[in-house]
Amino acid sequence: MNRTIITVVGKDRVGIIAKVCTYLAENSINILDISQTIVSGYFNMMMIVDTAQAPKEFGAVSGELEKLGGEIGVIIKAQREDIFDMMHRI
Amino acid sequence: MINFNEVMETNAMIEKENLDVRTITLGISLLDCIDSNTEVCSRKIYDKITGTAERLVSTGAEIEKEFGIPVVNKRISVTPAALIGGACCRQTEDFVRLAETLDRAAKAVGVNFIGGYSALVSKGMTQADRLLMESIPEALAVTERVCSSVNVGSTRTGINMDAVRLMGGIVRQTAERTKEADSLGCAKLVIFCNAPDDNPFMAGAFHGITEADAIINVGVSGPGVVKKALEEARGKDFETLCETIKKTAFKITRVGQLVAKEASKRLKIPFGIVDLSLAPTPAVGDSVAEILQELGLEYPGAPGTTAALALLNDQVKKGGVMASSYVGGLSGAFIPVSEDQGMIDAVQAGCLTLEKLEAMTCVCSVGLDMIAIPGDVSPATISGIIADEMAIGMINQKTTAVRLIPVIGKGVGDIVEFGGLLGYAPVMPVNRFSCEAFVNRGGRIPAPIHSFKN
Repeated sequence: MNRTIITVVGKDRVGIIAKVCTYLAENSINILDISQTIVSGYFNMMMIVDTAQAPKEFGAVSGELEKLGGEIGVIIKAQREDIFDMMHRI
Repeated sequence: MINFNEVMETNAMIEKENLDVRTITLGISLLDCIDSNTEVCSRKIYDKITGTAERLVSTGAEIEKEFGIPVVNKRISVTPAALIGGACCRQTEDFVRLAETLDRAAKAVGVNFIGGYSALVSKGMTQADRLLMESIPEALAVTERVCSSVNVGSTRTGINMDAVRLMGGIVRQTAERTKEADSLGCAKLVIFCNAPDDNPFMAGAFHGITEADAIINVGVSGPGVVKKALEEARGKDFETLCETIKKTAFKITRVGQLVAKEASKRLKIPFGIVDLSLAPTPAVGDSVAEILQELGLEYPGAPGTTAALALLNDQVKKGGVMASSYVGGLSGAFIPVSEDQGMIDAVQAGCLTLEKLEAMTCVCSVGLDMIAIPGDVSPATISGIIADEMAIGMINQKTTAVRLIPVIGKGVGDIVEFGGLLGYAPVMPVNRFSCEAFVNRGGRIPAPIHSFKN
C-alpha cells in the first residue's frame, strides 16, 4: 500500500470527479476514500488513493494530475499521506 | 484516518503561510582529504564533495514534489578548513585556493552555499588557524558560494581576545574587499561563541569534528505559521499563548523530521538533527518581527520585546523537542535585521537600536545578525561589539554570533541592498566611544566559574 492524498480545489463545474477518476483508473490507482463539499460555489475534494500498482513514477502522476487540473480549471495536488500523518498524529 | 480539515490546514500552512523546509544541509567530513600537497588536497576535497553530494539537489527536488512541501535550499557544510589545510597551506594564498575549490565543488553539485571555511579558535590559534582567518577577506571576495565562520569563544574555554581583535580587522577588510557589492562579503562571515557542530543554517554551518563521515541535517522554518496561529489567541492569557506556539512548533518540526528521514533514506546517509528555527525572509508574512507584534508590541524594540522573544524562543524549543528526538543546531528564533521586513520597519521607525538587539540576543537563538553599520566604524569598535556578544554566549551557556556588515562608503540612514534572501537594510548607528585600550590588551578572558562542572 502506498497511500497518497489528492486534493482538488476550484470553481465547480460538470465532470470534475469523472475526469479525475478516469485518470486514476487508467493509471491503476485505487481510490480508498473520497470526501467532497461545495462551499459557496467552490469545489473541494479530498481523495485517499493507493498508488502501489501504478506503473508510472510518483512525480509523473502528480505532474499529469496538475496538468489535468489546468485543463478543467481546478488545482489538483497529489502528496504522500506521510506529511499529514506526521503533522497531525502523535 | 486523516480528515479533510487536517489536509486543508497543512496545505494552507504551505501555500498561504510560507511553511517550508528552509534547508537540507549535507555535512561532509574532509578529514580524509588532508595532504601535504595543496594540489592533491584540493583534488581530494573536490572529489569527496562532488561524490558524496552528487544526488543531493535532485533528491531535494523529489521530496519537494512527493510531499508538496517546498525545500528551498540544498546546502553543504564541511569540516573547518583550517584543520584540513593545516598540513599544506603555508601562506594565505594557499587557503584561498582551498576556498576556490569549495566554490567549484558547490557549483558542480548545484548547491547555493557551502559552509565550513572556518577556524575553531576558542582557546588558541594554530598557525593554520591564523592563516585561514587572514585569508578570509580575499577568499570571500573571489568566491561566490563559500561561507566562513570563526568560533572565538566558549563557556568551557572563555574568549580568545586575540582572535576577537583579529576578527574586528578581518570584518572590516572583508567589507573593503567587497565594497563594490555593498560589502556583501561580510554577509557570508559569522563570528561565534559556543558554535554548534551540527548547524544546518548558513552562513555559520560547518561539519564539526565530532560528526560522522557524512550526515543529513535539516532546517525547517515557519514564522508565518506561528503568526497565523497566534491570531487566534489575540487577547488571551500567556498560558493560551504558549500552548498555541508549542502546538504550532510541534507541527512544523514534524515536517522537518519527515523530510530529514526521507532524505537520509534516499541518499543512504545517516540523519543527524532537525533544526527548528523561525528563520524569516524578506517576503511578506515570513517575519519574526510580525510574531512579536502579534504578541502585543507596536514594533520590535519596544519595552517588553526581550520578554516576548524569550517566551517565543522557549515555546518553540518545547514544541520542537516533543516532535523529534534529535533536535539540534540553533533551534529557536532568528532575529536578523535585513532578512525581516518587520525588523527593517522597526529600525526605520526609530524603535529598534543595536543596543536593544544586543539585549534580545541574550534570549534568542543566535545573535547580532545581518546588521548594516557605517563603513567608517573602526576595527576596534567592531571587536568590542564582538566581545560583548561573545560574553553573552559564554556566561549564558548559549550560542551567540555576530554577522555585522560595515558598509564602505555608507552612513547612518542609508539603505543597503543585498538582494535575494539576504534582503536590504538601513545602516544603523553605532556607539563611537572608544574601546581600543580594552580590545588591545591581548590574551584571553578566562572561562566563567560555572563552566567547572567536572
